[in-house]
Amino acid sequence: MTVSIMLSKLGEGMVVTLMLFAVTLLFSLPLGLLVSFGRMAKNVVIRTIFKAYISIMRGTPLMLQLMVIYFGPYYIFGITNSPSWKNSAVAIGFVLNYAAYFAEIYRGGIESMPKGQYEAAQILGYSKAQTFMRIILPQVIKIILPSITNETITLVKDTSLAFTIGIMEMFTISKALAASQTTMLPYVFAGIFYYVFNLIVAFLLELLEKKLNYYR
Amino acid sequence: MSLLEINHMKKGFGEVEVLKDISMKVEEGEVFGIIGPSGSGKSTLLRCATGLETPDSGEIHYNGTFGLVFQNFNLFPHFSVLKNIVDAPLRVQKRNKEEVYKEARELLKKMGLADKENAYPFQLSGGQQQRVSIARALAMKPDILFFDEPTSALDPELTGEILKVIKDLAAEHMTMVIVTHEMNFAKNVSNHIIFMDGGVIALQGTPEEVFGSDNERMKEFLGKFAEN
Repeated sequence: MTVSIMLSKLGEGMVVTLMLFAVTLLFSLPLGLLVSFGRMAKNVVIRTIFKAYISIMRGTPLMLQLMVIYFGPYYIFGITNSPSWKNSAVAIGFVLNYAAYFAEIYRGGIESMPKGQYEAAQILGYSKAQTFMRIILPQVIKIILPSITNETITLVKDTSLAFTIGIMEMFTISKALAASQTTMLPYVFAGIFYYVFNLIVAFLLELLEKKLNYYR
Repeated sequence: MSLLEINHMKKGFGEVEVLKDISMKVEEGEVFGIIGPSGSGKSTLLRCATGLETPDSGEIHYNGTFGLVFQNFNLFPHFSVLKNIVDAPLRVQKRNKEEVYKEARELLKKMGLADKENAYPFQLSGGQQQRVSIARALAMKPDILFFDEPTSALDPELTGEILKVIKDLAAEHMTMVIVTHEMNFAKNVSNHIIFMDGGVIALQGTPEEVFGSDNERMKEFLGKFAEN
């Protein structure tokens, strides 16, 4: 097998990896915010439920969570998995897992906001929604951005866990190629791919960080 | 016409009774000074009157709207000076954009900050930040403006500029309720003063009446300032 064929096969996996990355971020960032609200709820039942959810998501391996979500419907309910279920299962697993991490990051940011910001907004007559969207959230985003960058970089590498349930992403294909062609080359390519991907992610998020540095 | 009337207001935090039985009236155009030792309930009174705390009992009647200037300014750090001032009139009061910007620039000029409209709060001195926060409160066109120790977070050399702004507002007959530790200022600018002690209004009247009183607690309180 020529290197170019190898690269084109890895390219297909690259697309899957990028999609998994994008879908996870797109859904887990807003979902994480909602989860953080649940985690900070005044109602003790709601708060405990979300606390337990976060605890389980952070306390067990993502690999295991992916398997539970993928095989769960069959073993628990006897439902036969359709072929497309694999893609949904991996997306659901990643989104639920990352939302839990993001929720705790949001919570830290929101709780660090001085009370005076809420009071000033209240006196000026802002509604609760306006206060959060206009006054609190923009400041929270600035504070939590370095932590979000960290998680996002981890996510790039974590996408390789999708190989657990046989998603044909970058790492799965590298492993298959390495085995069938008895060469380390696919792993080298994969390593370069993840590294460059993360360089770009870090560069873009640092750019955003700098952009938000217009105030203190 | 009284713009604000408070009747028999009480407020406690846990076991501690901070406000015991407060009744007061603020008349239109009046500068209402609130003085008293730390822990006497001055700030709690202001926070209850402005809805930041909920009183345990009693009544609060407003004839109009109010604004509040905080001790720590509480400007929005991610908004420019101008945006700090125009945002609430635009987003909350939904007023005409052109008019709001025009008035905001006039207010900044009045505060001596015409050249700072694009600055961010962190780029300003404490005194400048406090003037922006006064402009922000005035932009809402309140009928009463409350001040919660507006100079307490400032370096001594910066308090003068804030006191001057408040004096100018008093000259324009802005109705104001001012909690302050600046005794000379309270004496000069107020029409009516209440002296709070232990959660009650221990003494009230014109500045002459209050500062000339024989009340033991008042004399003791003023004595502490004389020592400093």
